[in-house]
Amino acid sequence: MAMNSTGRPTAPANQNDAGQDVKTFSGSRGLLQQEPLLHEVGGLEKCGVDFPPIPDCKSRLDGLERDNKIGLPGLSEPEVLRHYVRLSQRNYAIDLGLYPLGSCTMKHNPRLNEKVVRLPGFADIHPLQPQSTVQGALALMGEVSHWLMAITGMDAVALSPKAGAHGEWCGMMCIREALKDRGEVDTRRRVLVPESAHGTNPATAAACGFEIDELPADVTGRVDMDVLRTKIGPDVAAIMLTNPNTCGLFERDICEIADLVHEAGGYFYCDGANLNAIMGKTRVRDLGVDAMHINLHKTFSTPHGGGGPGAGPVVLSKRLSAYAPLPYLKADGDSWTLVEDAAQSEAKPFGRMSAFHGQMGMFVRALAYMMSHGADGLRQVSEDAVLNANYLLACLSDEMSPAFDGACMHEALFDDAFLKDTGVTTLDFSKAMIDEGYHPMTMYFPLVVHGAMLIEPTETESKESLDRFADTLLALAKAAKSGDRERFVTAPVLAPLRRLDETRAARSPVLRWAAD
Amino acid sequence: MSKLYFTKDHEWLSVEGSNATVGVSTYAAGQLGDVVFVELPQIGKTVKKGEDIAVVESVKSASEIYAPISGEITAANEALEDAPETVNEDAQGAGWFFKMTIADASELSGLMDEAAYGEFTRE
Repeated sequence: MAMNSTGRPTAPANQNDAGQDVKTFSGSRGLLQQEPLLHEVGGLEKCGVDFPPIPDCKSRLDGLERDNKIGLPGLSEPEVLRHYVRLSQRNYAIDLGLYPLGSCTMKHNPRLNEKVVRLPGFADIHPLQPQSTVQGALALMGEVSHWLMAITGMDAVALSPKAGAHGEWCGMMCIREALKDRGEVDTRRRVLVPESAHGTNPATAAACGFEIDELPADVTGRVDMDVLRTKIGPDVAAIMLTNPNTCGLFERDICEIADLVHEAGGYFYCDGANLNAIMGKTRVRDLGVDAMHINLHKTFSTPHGGGGPGAGPVVLSKRLSAYAPLPYLKADGDSWTLVEDAAQSEAKPFGRMSAFHGQMGMFVRALAYMMSHGADGLRQVSEDAVLNANYLLACLSDEMSPAFDGACMHEALFDDAFLKDTGVTTLDFSKAMIDEGYHPMTMYFPLVVHGAMLIEPTETESKESLDRFADTLLALAKAAKSGDRERFVTAPVLAPLRRLDETRAARSPVLRWAAD
Repeated sequence: MSKLYFTKDHEWLSVEGSNATVGVSTYAAGQLGDVVFVELPQIGKTVKKGEDIAVVESVKSASEIYAPISGEITAANEALEDAPETVNEDAQGAGWFFKMTIADASELSGLMDEAAYGEFTRE
């Protein structure tokens, strides 16, 4: 049997499964279709549609015409449609079941969002239309801004960032610009990043030209305040803190952290990816935050942007508001304008982050979500998200090992101590979850916890759903401890493919399809 | 005769005279899992103890390699760029990362010997 480099079977399930030794002529197994690549379905000699012959015309490309074939396969509509539907049937989705991927907030996406976003006034407009013809859409962006500022208590919001890390970049560029204004951009070089922060935080600070200084966590999984006090100084530009942090814990000293950074003349960037745990309960402004991105595609449903781009608007304190990027919205009575040009601006925008104003589809979905919940509903979202995570933490603690003592926020974190001496790794355990019909949790992250398993159930799971999930994990943990190592190292056996060779994929990736 | 030292960051140094060869320990290589990428320090670079100067990436994570002592980088094991698996196969031999001069021999006294490191990783 083919094995990967860690000694796990890699062969497709349909060759080796017990009781599945029926060989088919097609390679498909009943309703589980064998699916080739689109390039292998279509052909270069085929064309899926009838084009009229190209009339004689004068080329204006001046010798820059492509002289080889582009190599796209010709495909008919049913071929394309079936390809994607078949792939989707092999996929796991939030619409199929609980999706416990920690730090991703994979909550249910209400269908109301999808109904509203398809209204032609939002769906069929173009960013280059005259602004007078899209006043309704601009008003909606104004309404989204209003809600985000109300939830956080902050002074301004930049809507154009397209994702969390893009939002981080926006916030850190505002901080850089503010330092430039103060004449301190060359002397304040250091950005403090706790090891329990999101991995994108240090990457963002480095991309903005800062030096990263890592802050260790203390035994409770939070920022070590003694180390912070020794590291703070006049060369610190900012701290980037995730709250609740990636250990699923609230940074209890957050106000003191903000004070220390502010007293030293630095800024406080808060990673708001986990806003789902504190929205309506804690006002971001009161924590002393200067900039924070909000993942509309997490906190306000449409997890992972529905497979498309997300939206990571950034709320800003008064000290940073003037540096928000172009374009930004301006209201004059009932009339809305997008300020597109630095010359028209009364502020000091640091520049532009994307071609247009941001992710309209996500604005509509987020507003639909916020308005359908209302202020009390959003508060209950946070409460239920934290309650669900703590329910799982309590249920699973019987057999699994929590990484830290005490209650968690919206995600429950376990280490691999309960698998000690079983010969089962966190990866094996996750693969066994696939056989049980669940998407694995986030694993080996955060790095500060050995063999980490980070579970975020979100508020949209019922108690029955949580109980089923917990029973499954408890049974798996018991099986591992009772010596049933085989179940884990051979998993998954019930997935379309067995264990993939991640090492080979990373060492010698094939990034481009080529015809033989 | 060379002498072997270890750091708390799971790096080993083999010291011969005023030069040292540096890599990650066999224990660390096992913890990392399959190494898929290695970024080596620049030859000729002067480094301070504790400075991050190289990167090792595995299927699980990316980790920094710190300068275990101060000195100047004199050689880098370029063979690792094409064959990062050498780190897993022979961490404390052919899987070495770089060679460096020892600027201040007194820095070695803060490091562990093999027995102390064995004790350290047992915890």
